[in-house]
Amino acid sequence: MVRNSFRLIILVGLLVIFSTLVWSFNGNNELNSLAQFYTQQENIEAVNAANLVSAVVVTYRGFDTLGEVTILFLTASIIGFFLKKKLSDTQRKEVRESSDILVTASKILVPVMILFGVYVIINGHLTPGGGFQGGAIIASAMVLALLANPHMKFNHQLFNVLESISGVSFVLMGIAGIVYAGGFLDNRILPGGEVGTLISAGAIPLIYIFIGLKVGSELSNIVGNLQVTQNEQ
Amino acid sequence: MEYISMITGFLLVLLGLWGVLTQKNIIKIIIGFSIFDTGLHIVLVSIAYLRGGTAPVIDKAVKVTEAIEKVVDPVPHALVLTAIVIGLGVTALMLVYALKLYQNKKTLEVQSFNDLKW
Amino acid sequence: MIINNTIPVLLGLMMIMAAFVAIYHKKLPVAIIAAGTISLLASILYLFLAAPDVAMTEASIGSGLSTIIFFYVLNKIRKENGTQ
Repeated sequence: MVRNSFRLIILVGLLVIFSTLVWSFNGNNELNSLAQFYTQQENIEAVNAANLVSAVVVTYRGFDTLGEVTILFLTASIIGFFLKKKLSDTQRKEVRESSDILVTASKILVPVMILFGVYVIINGHLTPGGGFQGGAIIASAMVLALLANPHMKFNHQLFNVLESISGVSFVLMGIAGIVYAGGFLDNRILPGGEVGTLISAGAIPLIYIFIGLKVGSELSNIVGNLQVTQNEQ
Repeated sequence: MEYISMITGFLLVLLGLWGVLTQKNIIKIIIGFSIFDTGLHIVLVSIAYLRGGTAPVIDKAVKVTEAIEKVVDPVPHALVLTAIVIGLGVTALMLVYALKLYQNKKTLEVQSFNDLKW
Repeated sequence: MIINNTIPVLLGLMMIMAAFVAIYHKKLPVAIIAAGTISLLASILYLFLAAPDVAMTEASIGSGLSTIIFFYVLNKIRKENGTQ
């Protein structure tokens, strides 16, 4: 009982703090100065990306994205470390085959989902979407393939190589930004093009492709590692 | 609208925290954490909202010259975008730890993990 | 104004109800599905808040992959429980 009242006190305190926060929030009728900097005309034309969120994620706040991808890599490798088992002391168990409906549907859907993920990644600087979303869609396609065929084993080596190469090229593009343009992860190392066309926005599509490959392979690695544990005894 | 979603977000944060503090099952505690996460993301996105604003994408509806008046704040969107992906990684890590704890003790109740208590 | 606000209010109520289900339901699979539902409703709310990028991410990660990972771990724990 005493414990529960302590918890209640904590929650009531937080409720008071949150209600004062909501009370003092007046809504926005215009952007604050930082957002105005990102959305004014000359800065949009300098970056040349139609999707302003992509411009913020990849260029202005690209360093945060690098740290975020590193955290994701760290969690994926810790999960792989914890779930690793020696192949000798695990006997494979018979798994029930998936139903015909799932197998047939996955044969049609998996290529379409991967194609849609690639589309979302490539159009990240024009429409809503980008590397994170596309990578997650590709990982979802991998999950569907795994559900349809439980015996399928991912080629973890391939995923690791893909992920390392894209991580290294992400950092190299950033350093190229220091050497040839204004700063780390500056996208003006490639010609800007015209706002709204597929080949525009300098290096943003390339960087987003690397981010998409990295996120997709890391999430697939996590799911694949968890799938392997399902078949063990 | 931003008030409604902000209040919803804060209520979800409180509910998630209540779940984390009161539940005994580790999986339930992790579910509480993920509710907490979602609530915080909703609060951040509702702070970014601009009355009558549209999505921060330049197209036929929003010209480059008028973007500064029409679009909502893109910075919290970028933050939430990365936070969701990190949230998945952290949730997966917590679940794998829970699996390891279960394999050691054959239970998921929090009270039975009292090795450091004397 | 009223029509504009009805759908967010309904979404918020549904999300809070789903959160109660997720925290208090006895069966873990139901709780996990309810937690996935919260993410799915949140992605609709993001669309109303003019954040399509965040909505896409939340729909694919929050309600898709996260639920799948929960179920993988739950299934593994159940299997180990059965072999005892």
